[in-house]
Amino acid sequence: MKCAVVVFPGSNCDRDAFHVLKNVFGLDCHYIFHEDRFPPDEFDLIVLPGGFSFGDYLRAGAIARFSPVMESVREAASRGRFVLGICNGFQILTESRLLPGALLRNDGLKFVCRDVYIKVVNNRTPFTCLLEDGQILRIPIAHGEGRYFIPDDQLREDQIVFQYCDEHGNVTEDSNPNGSCFNIAGVINEKGNVLGLMPHPERCCEEILGNTDGRKIFESLFSYFTRRHDHEAN
Amino acid sequence: MRVRKMYRVKVQILPKDGVFDPQGHTVKGALEKLGFNGVKEVRLGKLIEILIDVEDESQLMVQTKAMCERLLANPIIESYQLLDVEEVP
Repeated sequence: MKCAVVVFPGSNCDRDAFHVLKNVFGLDCHYIFHEDRFPPDEFDLIVLPGGFSFGDYLRAGAIARFSPVMESVREAASRGRFVLGICNGFQILTESRLLPGALLRNDGLKFVCRDVYIKVVNNRTPFTCLLEDGQILRIPIAHGEGRYFIPDDQLREDQIVFQYCDEHGNVTEDSNPNGSCFNIAGVINEKGNVLGLMPHPERCCEEILGNTDGRKIFESLFSYFTRRHDHEAN
Repeated sequence: MRVRKMYRVKVQILPKDGVFDPQGHTVKGALEKLGFNGVKEVRLGKLIEILIDVEDESQLMVQTKAMCERLLANPIIESYQLLDVEEVP
C-alpha cells in the first residue's frame, strides 16, 4: 500500500502520520507538498494531517481547500482511492465538500486537548472493518474547532462512523467535548472511501506511548485493502 | 479607453439561524452582567473589507457574490450580506 501525507503550511501532525505509516506499519510513504499535484492512481491512501493549515484563517480548512494538491485529492477520491482526514484534515475535507457538514468553534470556546472515548457505530467501512459495532476506543483529541454541524436530513445515519461517548460507551452530553451534533466524532462519504475524524489515531499506535487504540483504524484499512487487492488479483 | 474603477466593499458574515454561536452567547451573558437586561440575542460574525479594481458596479456585484459563495462564507453554517459599497477615487 502506497501512502501520501499532504503537507500544508501550518500542518503539524504530518510527521506523526508519516512516522506511523512508515515506521510503525512499514508502508511506502511519501510527503506531498500542498502546491504539488499527483497522478490520481499514484497513492492508495492519502492522509490529510492535523494542524492549522493557513493559520486557520477565515475558517479552519477554508483556504487549504483551494490548494493545487486538493484537485489531485478530489480526483483520487472520485476514483476510489482512500482519503483519511484527521482533525484539520477533516476540516479541509468538509470545506472541500468531500465530506458533508461543517466544523465550528467548540461550544465551550476552549481548545480541548485530552483523551476521549469514541464508539464505533458503523463497522461496515474499510476504516473500521476489524472493529465491532459498539467497540470503544480511547483516542486523543486536540482542537478548538471540532463541533460537527450538519443540517437535519443531510447525513445518512450509516455515514456516522464514530461518536463521542463515556468509558462505558454511553453517548451522553457530558462525553461530548465540543458540542458536536449527535456526538459525531467522525463521518464517511457515501461511497465509503473518504473518512474524516477529529480524534488523532496516529497519536496512539505504539506501546511506548501508552495507548495503541489508534492502530485498529489503520489496521482495518490495511486489511480491507489487502483483501480487495487479493480479490482483484484473482 | 475603458476606465476601471476602484471600490471599497464591506461584507458581513454571520452564523446562520439554528447554528449555535458560543461567542455571541458568551458576549450576551457579559452584557447582561453589565445591566443591559433587554439584550435578547447576540451573534458574532466577521466584517470583511475588500478594496477591488473592476470595470463597473455590475462586475463588482458579480465578483463580490462569487467571492462570498466560493470562499468568504460557508453556506452550510453562515450567511453573508453586502453592507456597503463605496467608490474610491
